[in-house]
Amino acid sequence: MFKLLIALSALVVISSAYGPAVRATKGEVWPKLQQEEKTSDYFIVRPFTFRFQGLADIGCPRLLDDAFTRYWLIIATEASLEHRGRRAEMGKKRTKFWQLDESFLGYLKRLKVEVSDKCTDDALPDFGDNENYTLTVNASVSTLSAQTIWGALRGLETFSQLIYLEQDALVINATTITDFPRFSFRGLHLDTSRHFLPVNIILQTLDGMAYNKFNVFHWHLTDDQSFPYKSRVYPELSEKGAYHPVSKVFEPSDIAKVIEYARVRGIRVIPEFDTPGHTSSWGASHPELLTTCYSNNQPNGNLGPMDPSKDTTYDFINNLFTEVVGVFPDSYFHIGGDEVDFSCWQSNPDITTFMSDNNISSYEGLENYFIQHVVDLLDKLNSKYLVWEEVFVNGVTLPNTTLVHVWRGEGFDTLRDVTKAGKYGVFSSCWYLDHLSSGSDWQKFYECEPLNFDGTDEQKKLVLGGEACMWTESVNEYNVMPRVWPRACATAEKLWSAESVNDFGAARPRLEEHVCRLNLRGIAAQPPNGPGVCL
Amino acid sequence: MFKLLIALSALVVISSAYGPAVRATKGEVWPKPQQEEKTSDYFIVRDYTFRFQGPADIGCPSLLDDAFTRYWSLIAATSASLERRVRRGKKHTKLWHLDESLLGNLKSLKVEVSDECTDDALPDFGDNENYTLTVNADGATLSAQTIWGALRGLETFSQLIYQEQDALVINATTITDFPRFSFRGLHLDTSRHFLPVNIILQTLDGMAYNKFNVFHWHLTDDQSFPYKSRVYPELSEKGAYHPVSKVFEPSDIAKVIEYARVRGIRVIPEFDTPGHTSSWGASHPELLTTCYSNNQPNGNLGPMDPSKDTTYDFINNLFTEVVGVFPDSYFHIGGDEVDFTCWQSNPDITTFMSDNNISSYEGLENYFIQHVVDLLDKLNSKYLVWEEVFVNGVTLPNTTLVHVWRGEGFDTLRDVTKAGKYGVFSSCWYLDHLSSGSDWQKFYECEPLNFDGTDEQKKLVLGGEACMWTESVNEYNVMPRVWPRACATAEKLWSAESVNDFGAARPRLEEHACRMNMRGIAAQPPNGPGFCL
Repeated sequence: MFKLLIALSALVVISSAYGPAVRATKGEVWPKLQQEEKTSDYFIVRPFTFRFQGLADIGCPRLLDDAFTRYWLIIATEASLEHRGRRAEMGKKRTKFWQLDESFLGYLKRLKVEVSDKCTDDALPDFGDNENYTLTVNASVSTLSAQTIWGALRGLETFSQLIYLEQDALVINATTITDFPRFSFRGLHLDTSRHFLPVNIILQTLDGMAYNKFNVFHWHLTDDQSFPYKSRVYPELSEKGAYHPVSKVFEPSDIAKVIEYARVRGIRVIPEFDTPGHTSSWGASHPELLTTCYSNNQPNGNLGPMDPSKDTTYDFINNLFTEVVGVFPDSYFHIGGDEVDFSCWQSNPDITTFMSDNNISSYEGLENYFIQHVVDLLDKLNSKYLVWEEVFVNGVTLPNTTLVHVWRGEGFDTLRDVTKAGKYGVFSSCWYLDHLSSGSDWQKFYECEPLNFDGTDEQKKLVLGGEACMWTESVNEYNVMPRVWPRACATAEKLWSAESVNDFGAARPRLEEHVCRLNLRGIAAQPPNGPGVCL
Repeated sequence: MFKLLIALSALVVISSAYGPAVRATKGEVWPKPQQEEKTSDYFIVRDYTFRFQGPADIGCPSLLDDAFTRYWSLIAATSASLERRVRRGKKHTKLWHLDESLLGNLKSLKVEVSDECTDDALPDFGDNENYTLTVNADGATLSAQTIWGALRGLETFSQLIYQEQDALVINATTITDFPRFSFRGLHLDTSRHFLPVNIILQTLDGMAYNKFNVFHWHLTDDQSFPYKSRVYPELSEKGAYHPVSKVFEPSDIAKVIEYARVRGIRVIPEFDTPGHTSSWGASHPELLTTCYSNNQPNGNLGPMDPSKDTTYDFINNLFTEVVGVFPDSYFHIGGDEVDFTCWQSNPDITTFMSDNNISSYEGLENYFIQHVVDLLDKLNSKYLVWEEVFVNGVTLPNTTLVHVWRGEGFDTLRDVTKAGKYGVFSSCWYLDHLSSGSDWQKFYECEPLNFDGTDEQKKLVLGGEACMWTESVNEYNVMPRVWPRACATAEKLWSAESVNDFGAARPRLEEHACRMNMRGIAAQPPNGPGFCL
């Protein structure tokens, strides 16, 4: 009695036979590795005798030890039938199937982790970090090598995914891996303004990101609907502009927690404070920042985008952004600049006078005047920035360090133009997670190739990566996790794995396994492929 | 930077202004009561002094007391959560005693049930669920003919209470309420994905909060057979996704039935036959038809084999058990989407059909269903069938409920009721059909009686069901996928036909989704940007 939608039947073939629609793989890694050789020979991993081993003289012992603890726990938990919801099977006899098996190579005792670059415990992941690693599982003491601590973290994630449960034992096949990301900027965007999301949900999201080798958390902190960021210099912004001044705000301690939790996982946190549009909530405490809209030559009671004609607007932004640049240690800041509605500016006589006084002949020109001030301010603060594509399209002067975030339409023409102008591009057009169709609908995200535009090799190198975007108009703390996962996994693989990894059918069994892995690790991922089971 | 889909923008107008897209109401009831008069006078409800008061001589004291405990806990939790989440030690601002609309502290709700009842009563087909609820200067009284009506009234009472600053408030209100349709169901598929019992219990909570009264449990299907049978334990031993951890034990099923019963919710099991039965074949391949290619068995199995007596013997034994396990007077026997190609390929089936003068595969399906129907008649169980069984012309008694699901469904409903059969409607309430946004408008703007037919025909439409097929749903997303989208169905089935204005419903659903969140139901946002405090 299942009524297939046409849209669904095009996406997912529902098997009518007994069992799951797609059988999960065992010990396959998501996102897929650049180079991997695996044999059928295997080691057994016994969590209570297995250990990680770092270099004695490493400069960042805590970063590495914390990662060891996280991954040891993941491995130990993976072995727990109770944790898998299979308590009823506990206490049955162990079979030790491997003892007479000639493919059995022995017990894996240690993974040695080598990091060749110097590192410090307060190291920050940054733009252009080397994340390469090699992993060789071939002896009871095996080796993971990376140039940087960030590469070592990616390799540990891979190592943990190679391990799988066979009957009642953890198994890892003899494997040789050389791996590196295709794109250096692999982001997940989360909007905490349309719905407030508790910090714990954000931390869980960071866990999910680490399990998919994402390295940028783009935090869309403010928008029209609410202003949950608690500012030190302007506390009234959240006091009046948040959905609730106490329970729906991010305290400085919350933000510090998110930044640190992300950092030790090799994830950057890039805050966005969108201006001059998407700022209604700023007006709850500071209406003077916003443009007064007119009807019939009278103020009509509405407020529009920020008022670009007043110096006080820029003073305010200066003070706030100086604080924000201090709070968020990343070298980049997302300054928004999208979807500015010109009708309010058009209606306001002071704006008209201002434009004529300053020889500004178009509203795009006025927007540019505004953005140019913000950009100059950030230059002064030594912060680099991302902007939504409108800022580039409208012709604001941008330094070559700027990342232009492409989101409208198919996006390929814009990416072409951005890179032709010598600017970096970050791509999101095909990865809007709020766009739903029946089924689990990740195929559309998976079959999107960001470099699918006309351009030279030089241009394509300027595309640094992309972001899956979770706008939260229809998402709250109760559905955000299954809405994001595993759909964002499709983006993760497009951004990490080789361009040739683009076969949806081949990816399905691996994602089936990966979703069960995410579930086991506490991520509330929804089913990827139709009927199925995680054991 | 929010990119509106055309489909979305047609459904929901996203406000670009500060604050939530839709402001929630306060103390409005979902689904909307039939008649309600409310004044601005109000009582304060203080959970630790408020109590429910039942009749001393009631025949079902446990049923009523359990309900009192549940609703008292909900009210107390609302108040506690207010302390925990919002107040954080802020000063009380409102001087209640200076407000002349204040009627005082509400000390109790008196509950009267006029019919006799017993503590083991089962909700059933055609139960009276009417109630009246009065909150005025003299106090508060809830009157119902049956215990089931009293349960509906308690739900309404709990929803009338809302938070005002640091207090719980209830306005003086007079309500006369009754359901428009007697059959208000939620269907849940536990075969495509197994769902733990706790999720089912939470679903029953959500149903009670929306005055649903039928839980249609789609237990088995092609993919898995999670029902643990006493007579044929091998069915789940081999046919479940896992023989131990992905099955419903008899104790699980008993728990679901009892949890539902005390909330006035019937549990109707479905064992779909003769199609959707691949999982039965994991342990009993002989039940299924052997498919042929080029006159040779091709290794595939099709629907149940209607030509063998042993098939019916097996069904007889299993269904005899199932009818004993599920106390409801109805059983859903499926009968949908039978694929005829395997039957066509099998030479034994061809021979059987010619021996029995069966000239079409519809006729063969009818032969099968007729056996199942006769068996249930013998077991004194009534049944629902998916519409194909009716459309294909199986002889059905007038107690049968025909479950309409295909296409728009209105023509089928017309035909079903014209033939004097009862109809249950689901065509427009398939919760697996997604579009961007929260997409409940399409469910809300569906009127089940929107077909050509006489008044007599329309009376034969007993209600409907929201259907949650779980191909793309597991324990992690089932709650926000169902709630609040199924609330739309709940209101269409309970409230008056005239309650059909989506715009008017939005602020009430905004409140109701927050209410469900507060009560532990993981409902997703109904209306775009917003928040719950």
